[in-house]
Amino acid sequence: MAQAQLPLQSPPPQEHTGHAHPEQWSWYHYFLYNTDHKVIGIQYLVTAFFFYLVAGVMALFMRAELATPDPDLLSPDVYNTLLTNHGTLMIFFWIVPAAIGGFGNYLVPLMIGAKDMAFPNLNAIAFWLNPISAVCLGISFLYGGAQAGWTSYPPLSIVTSPNGQSFWILSIALIGTSSILGALNFLVTIYKLKTPDMNWDELPLFCWAMVATSFLALFSTPVLAIGLIMLLFDINFGTGFFRPEMGGDVVVYQHLFWFYSHPAVYLMILPIFGVMSEIISTHARKPIFGYRAIAYSSLAICVVGLFVWVHHMFTSGTPPWMRMFFTISTLIVAVPTGVKIFGWVATLWGGKIRFTSPMLFAVGLLAMFVFGGLSGVTLGAAPFDLHVHDTYYVVAHFHYVLFGGSVFGLYAGIYHWFPKMTGRMYNETLGRIHFVLTFIGTNLTFLPMHSLGMQGMPRRVALYDPQFEFLNKVCTYGSILLGISVLPFLVNMIWSWSQGAPAGRNPWRSLTLEWQTSSPPAIENFDEEPIVWAGPYDYGIDTQSFEPDDPTVAEILAEVGQEMK
Amino acid sequence: MANEKETIPGTLITLVIGITVTAVSIWYGQNNNLLPEQVSQQAPLVDDLFNIMVVIGTALFLVVEGAIVFTLIKFRHRPGDETDSQPVTGNFSLEIFWTAIPAFIVIGLGIYSVQVYNQMGGFDTGGNMAHHGHAPVQVASLPGSNGPLLAQGGDITYGLGANAEMGVRPADLTVDVAGMQYAWIFTYPDSGIISGELHVPIGQDVKLNLEAKDVLHAFWLPQFRIKQDVIPGQQTQLRFVATKTGTYPIVCAELCGSYHGGMRSQIIVHSPEDYQAWLEANTVAQAPGSEQTLATLTDSDRLAAFTHEFGMDHVGPTIAAHTHL
Ligand code: HEM
Ligand SMILES: [Cu+2]
Ligand SMILES: [Cu+2]
Repeated sequence: MAQAQLPLQSPPPQEHTGHAHPEQWSWYHYFLYNTDHKVIGIQYLVTAFFFYLVAGVMALFMRAELATPDPDLLSPDVYNTLLTNHGTLMIFFWIVPAAIGGFGNYLVPLMIGAKDMAFPNLNAIAFWLNPISAVCLGISFLYGGAQAGWTSYPPLSIVTSPNGQSFWILSIALIGTSSILGALNFLVTIYKLKTPDMNWDELPLFCWAMVATSFLALFSTPVLAIGLIMLLFDINFGTGFFRPEMGGDVVVYQHLFWFYSHPAVYLMILPIFGVMSEIISTHARKPIFGYRAIAYSSLAICVVGLFVWVHHMFTSGTPPWMRMFFTISTLIVAVPTGVKIFGWVATLWGGKIRFTSPMLFAVGLLAMFVFGGLSGVTLGAAPFDLHVHDTYYVVAHFHYVLFGGSVFGLYAGIYHWFPKMTGRMYNETLGRIHFVLTFIGTNLTFLPMHSLGMQGMPRRVALYDPQFEFLNKVCTYGSILLGISVLPFLVNMIWSWSQGAPAGRNPWRSLTLEWQTSSPPAIENFDEEPIVWAGPYDYGIDTQSFEPDDPTVAEILAEVGQEMK
Repeated sequence: MANEKETIPGTLITLVIGITVTAVSIWYGQNNNLLPEQVSQQAPLVDDLFNIMVVIGTALFLVVEGAIVFTLIKFRHRPGDETDSQPVTGNFSLEIFWTAIPAFIVIGLGIYSVQVYNQMGGFDTGGNMAHHGHAPVQVASLPGSNGPLLAQGGDITYGLGANAEMGVRPADLTVDVAGMQYAWIFTYPDSGIISGELHVPIGQDVKLNLEAKDVLHAFWLPQFRIKQDVIPGQQTQLRFVATKTGTYPIVCAELCGSYHGGMRSQIIVHSPEDYQAWLEANTVAQAPGSEQTLATLTDSDRLAAFTHEFGMDHVGPTIAAHTHL
């Protein structure tokens, strides 16, 4: 057990004989039930990435279908199955688990100087719910798969492919349970296990982001579960919550769904915002600009974010006061988001910016997220949203924030913490190629979609008016480029994991605690209780407090100097 | 911020950038050509709102992206320099400034949106009074007071209704619209015409009563900038005045099944004379035994007449399966 009793003043590393487990995990430990938060974090990241590839292939099939206006490649049922499961996998099996489960688990205990999460077993259970949930989703395919979109609005979800839909619901309910367990664990861990000499205003911003994320998950996920279970009953057990012919109300489902799923979009970006703060500050070697503003804006987004859900329902059965109330609340949520963006730009300003792969992805994120945020504001204005709701304009918006935002952030995080997780450096050239291809591919694929939507192309269609063919072709070419862009990344990760140059404990000379231990960290993280000798972003401040007697600092500098050449 | 020396050329450059950004943004706001033709009275209202947002958005975009590109070039790491940067950890007045500016912008946009929504008929001023004989419920209802959230169809009609100008006046033309997998059926109660396309006269106040026969659909007229979900078990409506003759698409914008993408039709805006002619031609054509026809036709029969127009004969069985509502 990771919580085994250990003497507080651990002996020097080479004498670690009292441990109940090996010095380092072997490869096969990563395939088994394991309660070490670092193993779990990597398990989350790798499985999530696998689902990302699956969902990506689905997207490529959809783009191939959309290269021409006629439904000629896939049967429309299959198209809808792909559409539904592409969204489901990307959201519930890739971004949420990678950002929260992956980085959250790996980093939070390290960053706060803890040995593990507060509830290591709960943590492992939460992870293993993911594969089980994936099996349910797999079974749904045997029945034709869910076909009603990731939103699964009834009555369509009740009458279409009922068994596929039922297994889809089970799958989402399980993975939702996983994220509730995870959220609880993060809150308790940060509150209870933070090393005592770290003040709250020295908590790394990633941890603040995880606090906000966890509150949001805790409040909203149960509501989704309720909606989905009611839907499951309607499909299988003859209830009529959402069956209009039995007096049910289909719009209530939409409220339940979006009460969760709007916050869910923040679940997908708040941890990424945290990653951004870490990376930008480290690779610009400058303190984060407005620590408090960035920390509090996460909390503000989390609070206001609970009151904006109807902006997904402006054209639905919603009365005027509601449409107007939620227009205003939605517009307001853009303010704390803007505060973060300005804070990061100001952090870069006057820095010494290294164009490392993590920094490139972070800056790419910044550039695209600005655009996605602006299109979000236009969508928040109900009169305009009436026109573009459920069109490709919305598809464009959320891919700018989710691909340009969350996925870029995940890549940035993977590159940034790869040396910590594996103890080896990735290949910088391949990383940069990966960035360039992804950046061009993303814009080529999703920029034209704004125009398509405004001109009259609805979303979730397998066939469309021939007038839209040209721009759709452009999008399809972009998506091919995106498909190709994954290859340098894969090669880089696989090769560097086994062959990369040893990274040392702190190749970025970062100040957060996870970098003060070995790479990869020892099984219980720190050889001795870590000492917080600088704030997480105190670059340029108080540099003497780099403990001068620590022999590794000189080593690090030499190493970094070599790698920069 | 970064302790750059503030010389006169510096402020001059800022001024020039400011003027350029403003000019470009305003120009792009007027000339983006992103939206299709305007064919309803609501369309210019929506487009003006959008264009204002484009102006503001372009300005913010240029400033922020410009700042990003500038910092990347100016503050890039020079080889050999392993020192840290000037530790600037914040600037209170700057932070207040960039919180306040967006706050003012979004509050302004919010107020403007409410105004546009009102002019579009979103509050259905007097509309419910005219059609249901009681006060406009949805304006008065607050959450909690047997709120519209839980309303079961019946009294409340969601969507765009009369604007203040139309007041309680009934619409010039009312058309009942039924959405079903995968077609729209238009019934003209005054003349008994049933059609798979929507014909309306220019300049007249048209009201559509939207009804779903099976699953959710959404009735979208892109050139009119209006859309409303069509909801089983609930009434929804759209009201508009067409401002240009011609033929424009009708699009279903809510996933409704496999052939959702094929659920398209057309709205034909006629000149008054043409409309009269169309009305007469079709009233005559459907006149003999029209009542009988209306009564005995099932939805799928009516639909069958139109499915082949969309090249979708093979959807027949699905329609039959879902028209039991
Ligand atoms: C400035 C902040 C943002 C604003 C004001 C905003 C606003 C909106 C609005 C109003 C919609 C509904 C559009 C419609 O369906 O008609 C929407 C859709 C969406 N947004 Fe955002 N958004 C913002 C940021 C984000 C972020 C950060 C994410 C996630 C990382 C996100 C993800 C999505 C997704 C996934 C949808 C589509 C959901 C669906 O219908 O399938 N948005 N956004
Ligand atoms: Cu939302
Ligand atoms: Cu449809």
